[in-house]
Amino acid sequence: MEKQDIIKSFKDSLFTGLIALALFGPIVGLRTASKGEGLFITPQWGVVFLLVGLCILGRFLININSARRTEFKIFSTLSSKFSSITEGKAKHFAITGILFAVVFPFLPFTDRYFMDVAIMILTYIMLGWGLNIVVGLAGLLDLGYVAFYAVGAYSYALIATTFGWSFWICLPLAGLFAAFFGILLGFPVLRLRGDYLAIVTLGFGEIIRIILINWYEVTNGPDGITGIPRPSFFGLPFKRSPDEGEMSFHTFFGLEYSTMHRIIFLYYLILVLALITNYFTLKIRKLPVGRAWEALREDEIACKSLGVNPTNTKLTAFAIGAMFGGFAGSFFATRQAFISPESFTFIESAIIVAIVVLGGMGSQTGVVLASIFLIGITEIFRDLEQYRMIAFGGAMVLIMVFKPKGILANRKPTILMHGDKK
Amino acid sequence: MLKISNVETFYGKIQALRGVDIDVNDGEIVSLIGSNGAGKSTLLMTISGVNKARNGNITFNGDRIENKAPHKIVDLGICQVPEGRRIFSRLTVEENLRLGAYTNEQGKNYETDIKEVYDLFPVLSNRKTQRGGTLSGGEQQMLAIGRALMSKPKVLLLDEPSLGIAPKLVNQIFTSIKNINKEKNVTIFLVEQNAKKALELADRAYVLVNGKVTIMGSGQDLLKNKDIQAAYLEGGTKN
Repeated sequence: MEKQDIIKSFKDSLFTGLIALALFGPIVGLRTASKGEGLFITPQWGVVFLLVGLCILGRFLININSARRTEFKIFSTLSSKFSSITEGKAKHFAITGILFAVVFPFLPFTDRYFMDVAIMILTYIMLGWGLNIVVGLAGLLDLGYVAFYAVGAYSYALIATTFGWSFWICLPLAGLFAAFFGILLGFPVLRLRGDYLAIVTLGFGEIIRIILINWYEVTNGPDGITGIPRPSFFGLPFKRSPDEGEMSFHTFFGLEYSTMHRIIFLYYLILVLALITNYFTLKIRKLPVGRAWEALREDEIACKSLGVNPTNTKLTAFAIGAMFGGFAGSFFATRQAFISPESFTFIESAIIVAIVVLGGMGSQTGVVLASIFLIGITEIFRDLEQYRMIAFGGAMVLIMVFKPKGILANRKPTILMHGDKK
Repeated sequence: MLKISNVETFYGKIQALRGVDIDVNDGEIVSLIGSNGAGKSTLLMTISGVNKARNGNITFNGDRIENKAPHKIVDLGICQVPEGRRIFSRLTVEENLRLGAYTNEQGKNYETDIKEVYDLFPVLSNRKTQRGGTLSGGEQQMLAIGRALMSKPKVLLLDEPSLGIAPKLVNQIFTSIKNINKEKNVTIFLVEQNAKKALELADRAYVLVNGKVTIMGSGQDLLKNKDIQAAYLEGGTKN
């Protein structure tokens, strides 16, 4: 490495330090503390200098690594090895993953906590796969995806508590409602692209949440909906003491009652729902409409010149993406048995978008890896309480630095060479 | 076959076409030449229905098409190869071609159609699984033309097929255009800045200046026209 390169990266790091100082100075450095009869400012310059130092050091290391890429290939070889593994053996990788997911509840170390985290990760995987249709395939940046999750959850909750219908009837209904809202959002944003689309979808997400808070008569406002029926195992409820003349899951199968039965059932339920989403996406990509989505992401004018109707194509993408969001929402409602508008804030949309983008737009396997990575990291650092979001942010920065196009950036063609069709 | 009468197209308040009249007959190659900003691409986009004509009308085999949506116009058999090729760069060559067959009853004769394209542009068949964006400019142009042919058009609108392409490949592409016209019996409406090539190829040609047709005639006549030589071809002198 040249000497001037080092000087250059050193200067750049110092500049980074300056920005860090400007940011951390007032935010971290001046702490307001209430002592006796008022607020006082207590400076904590030590912490500030520590943070600024870390920024300078980090920036310097990144600079040096990128300048010495040719000699110093740690990260690039690591990541290229990783992608060659996942590319060449994508099928094995997927099958191993699914097998692991199937046996996971019966592994010796799996306890209640692991199951809860796994269910959460699977929910995000499903949401990621649903949003992948809109963002990854059709290229429509939707920052309000949580709205469809909310519509699904509330539809399920309201139908189930009002009419007492079973989960299996309410689930498709909730999906339909969400798809309807997808079209509702789709119409006004048809002409919008890029940033403008993102802003309007963001607004849509907030509108739905605010309606849920204020439409007290129907949604019960901020108090939420309680007593949402739990799903039953094909008519067999998971109850310790079933009603007179009724069988429950454990009495029917002659098992000792355990709350884990319900958790395991929920786990398989979301696993199946997520796999259906994935299967559907993989199939539809090979149909004309799926191919038209991807073409629309690439070039709208070329699409028009070839006779693709952008209106219908976009609306189907919004509707189908929303439908899967709605299914995930129903699952969320039945799992929690309680929902309130607080569960559907913007941060949820942001996390789902982050999963899709970090996974590598349009990559199904990437969504799985990104969900495990992002949700897993926030769980691992749960003990750090509010600071765990720093781990979340750090994870995103790391992926963007080393894999700027996402974990799995390579798109899989939908048509194979003639002769090796499988 | 394709009749454009008194078409006026605007971008907001700016008028791009000021009453254009052009006829394209069945089986012809018609060229439209003109400088930057003359309105050539606007005219093609107006025919395709991407831009709407404010006045005038366009008929195709007697049917009015100026108010039809772009995908309906492709359905009728008018397909455009847009300026700058606009290949779906992350999609493979074969996927690009497959998308061309989108309106063609979802590719009923897909296998034979795609074979015809590969016969016309053999280089594409070697690149089937390659991403569109990794092709050279000339190959991308071939792909764009092949993609449009997959919709089985009666009229092919070509917007500057020579743009940004190596001269050797330009010749090849123009030969292919001629073949498409003669062998596949596809009517061609060609918009070009490369006036010499466009006029040599054309049965008839028009010159567009500031959104109006100023000169029309057979390709050969226009090649000899002094004004055109001065303005668009090398070696001409203005009288």
